[in-house]
Amino acid sequence: MRLLAGPVVLVAALTSCAAATAQRATEAPAPSAAQTEVFTDTLSFMRPQYPSTYVRRPNPPVLIRNASVFTAAGPEQRGVSVLFQDGRVVAIGRDLTAPAGAVTIDGTGKWVTPGIIDTHSHLGVYAAPGTQAESDGNEATNPVTAEVWAEHSIWPQDPQIPLAIAGGVTVMQVLPGSANLIGGRSATVRLVPARTVQEMKFPGAPHGVKMACGENPKRVYRERGPSTRMGNMAGYRAAFIEAEEYRMRWDRWLEDRKGEPPARNLRHETLAGVLRGEILVQNHCYRADEMAQMLDLAREFGFSIRSFHHGIEAYKIADLLARAGTAASIWSDWGGFKMEAFDQIVENLALVTRAGAIAVLHTDSPDGIQRMNQDMAKAYYAGVRAGLPITREDAIRWITANPAWVLGIDRTTGTLEPGKAADVVLWSGDPFSVYSRAEKVWNDGWLVFDRLDPDRQYRTDFNLGQTRPGVGR
Amino acid sequence: MNRHAMTGAIGALAAAAAVALLPAPVPAQTIAITGGTIYPVAGPRIERGTVLIRDGRIAAVGANVAVPAGATVVDATGKWITPGLVHARAEAGLGIGSLSGFSEAGVQGDVTPSFTPAEGFDPDALTIPVARTGGITTGLLGPRGNFLPGRMIAVDFAGDRLEELLLSPAAGLVINLTASSREAGGGSRAGTLDLLRRLFADARELERREADWRRDQIQPLAAPARELAALLPALNGRMPVAIMADREMDIRAALRITAEYRLRTILYGAAEGWKLADEIAAARVPVALEPNRDIPNFGALGARLDNPALLRAAGVEVIIAQDDPGGERNLRFIAGNAVRNGMTWDDALRAVTLAPARAYGLTDRGALEPGRVANLVVWSGDPFDFAAAPERVYIRGRETSLRTRETELFERYRTLPVRY
Repeated sequence: MRLLAGPVVLVAALTSCAAATAQRATEAPAPSAAQTEVFTDTLSFMRPQYPSTYVRRPNPPVLIRNASVFTAAGPEQRGVSVLFQDGRVVAIGRDLTAPAGAVTIDGTGKWVTPGIIDTHSHLGVYAAPGTQAESDGNEATNPVTAEVWAEHSIWPQDPQIPLAIAGGVTVMQVLPGSANLIGGRSATVRLVPARTVQEMKFPGAPHGVKMACGENPKRVYRERGPSTRMGNMAGYRAAFIEAEEYRMRWDRWLEDRKGEPPARNLRHETLAGVLRGEILVQNHCYRADEMAQMLDLAREFGFSIRSFHHGIEAYKIADLLARAGTAASIWSDWGGFKMEAFDQIVENLALVTRAGAIAVLHTDSPDGIQRMNQDMAKAYYAGVRAGLPITREDAIRWITANPAWVLGIDRTTGTLEPGKAADVVLWSGDPFSVYSRAEKVWNDGWLVFDRLDPDRQYRTDFNLGQTRPGVGR
Repeated sequence: MNRHAMTGAIGALAAAAAVALLPAPVPAQTIAITGGTIYPVAGPRIERGTVLIRDGRIAAVGANVAVPAGATVVDATGKWITPGLVHARAEAGLGIGSLSGFSEAGVQGDVTPSFTPAEGFDPDALTIPVARTGGITTGLLGPRGNFLPGRMIAVDFAGDRLEELLLSPAAGLVINLTASSREAGGGSRAGTLDLLRRLFADARELERREADWRRDQIQPLAAPARELAALLPALNGRMPVAIMADREMDIRAALRITAEYRLRTILYGAAEGWKLADEIAAARVPVALEPNRDIPNFGALGARLDNPALLRAAGVEVIIAQDDPGGERNLRFIAGNAVRNGMTWDDALRAVTLAPARAYGLTDRGALEPGRVANLVVWSGDPFDFAAAPERVYIRGRETSLRTRETELFERYRTLPVRY
């Protein structure tokens, strides 16, 4: 990491520093003492930027015996055990012994997978009960609002969060909505009971920035513009031209720190972070031709798009996605609800996978996030019926390892390998079956959901004093 | 305006529907589907059985059915055979896909009970073959609206002309008593219920004093005579009434209205139905619901996933319906989710076949038994699970196409770069 590279790098370093109470290695390189001691003055950009205060809960070791296991890093294994301790996976194998104090669980007839990760959620920013008061997802006041951060909207008491946990989801990216060309920064959070979003923020996870193509921005801003797709493109380009200049201004100042620093601008700061490769572009974009335009936009300004989202037509350009190294976060078969979603096909995930691109199943839905294994299964069997060479392991990666990569947290989670986070789901049966349910969910080793124990079924503040909604018997 | 004018359009469509119920003018055809596991719904499962179809109807179902000479034999060994699914909240055919802005499912206004979406139904719609790929052969469609949006229609999902598909232009009257109906009553549920009772009272008044109405010797009515007349078949017990209600208090209101007016009610939604399952069962009111509802809002704070299982356990006739227009073909997986959350498999199959057919008086659909219309599906396996899919879908005894626009898109882009 370059020292003094610019405000965003410094912010990242300081964020990691402030999060050092979290007991795990973070994705960002550990800050060196030199970095944290360079600045002793009091400019805002040098201080922590809403850092994670997440702390892993102490929990007893867990040994799940004789289960079928998807590690998302190798073949499905039958009759093996999974051991995790202190929030990390210790081993997966046949002859594991339980350490002292371990909880031992019989996994016979059950399946184990990594915790599910959703790259596209609005939980917390479009919270239940869904009144206007909880509508905090779209800062639809300007086509470019790169300055807003989704985490400043997230309501940790959203009663949709425990329902998603009960579906086996351990991590999600919460994004601003798609009204704007550039909607603001996303936040990657753990789905854990918390009072503040800082207590949920995934330590070391990079920020994302939400960009949106197509119908939504041009509909929302049709009076003032952009009102066309070419207007959309001009809007992104203008924003990045300004960001490019901002970045140069700051780089020059940071070289010798002489004179007044340039004025801080949150909008440009986010996009400068994109240009430096530190903020991951998460791009809502349905149509094949528009995705190709966005890949060219990224080339023009020298950044890369981490993932397209809602890529209904990703299958038409799966080869271009593979070449660009850009993932496609897509649905199994949701489509048809607007013109740019008209060409949806259920083989989309399978075709993207076969082309060698990174396929991700995402939800954008408080309902869908509860049953991501079902959409995975639907898309998997559609691919198999179509004669495409995809495997069950490929499909499991759509909801685990691949989304972890999209969020830049794949060194920490997304697979069950020794040393990785103990984000683990125990399923009542084959996760490819409609009849299976998440039975137990561990988030970083913390048993956050147990279908067999009502005391381990988190209720948000909103749920209190009301009939227990139940997560099914 | 006279009474004939009030009911003329509906009458013409009803005649068309009556024609549709006559044997289809196609050559007599006998088909024997042999070797499969048959789930007749009307009776126990039959292993390695035969379904015999003759002239569009089921002639025989059983393990020892003789296949007549000349019959077309379809080997279904290892397959599962069920009645065609009946979707009680269908959308296919109304509008262009689920494209917003193109819906044909409703008209402006809160009190339009005379509206039927029949002539807005497009037999050529892209969504119809898509519905068939979900094993859906029969649908009850629209209307959608805030209070009294109109009448539902019943169709079979195969045919070139409306007159062929249509089973009924007036299969049920829709009344919405969910939170979204408050505005129709001036902003309060009580106002909405008061308006409903005034409309019912005036419909009766109009029926009783038609002569006075013709001479203009009647108090002002709560709605145009044409709309009030449209309520009479429901008030007279000749037409089912689909009442949408989610909260316990709304369901109780629906049950009160049902008892007061002796309506043939089918509850829709009933997210908190589990709270008064015994009372719903005692009222003998079927419930059409979406099983995957569990997100709390002020219209239904007590929504929970085991609602269908709890209702069924109390003896309620449960109908499973899918509420996302774009996801209609997923009805079978929604039924699978009801099983996942505690319903029995047999009850879930009934909930997407015989239960809706019965509730709407479609007496010759929803089950596999001699005399019923041959709407059936041959599945590669368990219809509720992802591994299986429909292989053959028969509607009125004829095999229908399962090719959709999606099929052609897939074929075009299966190998890249595409060759146009």
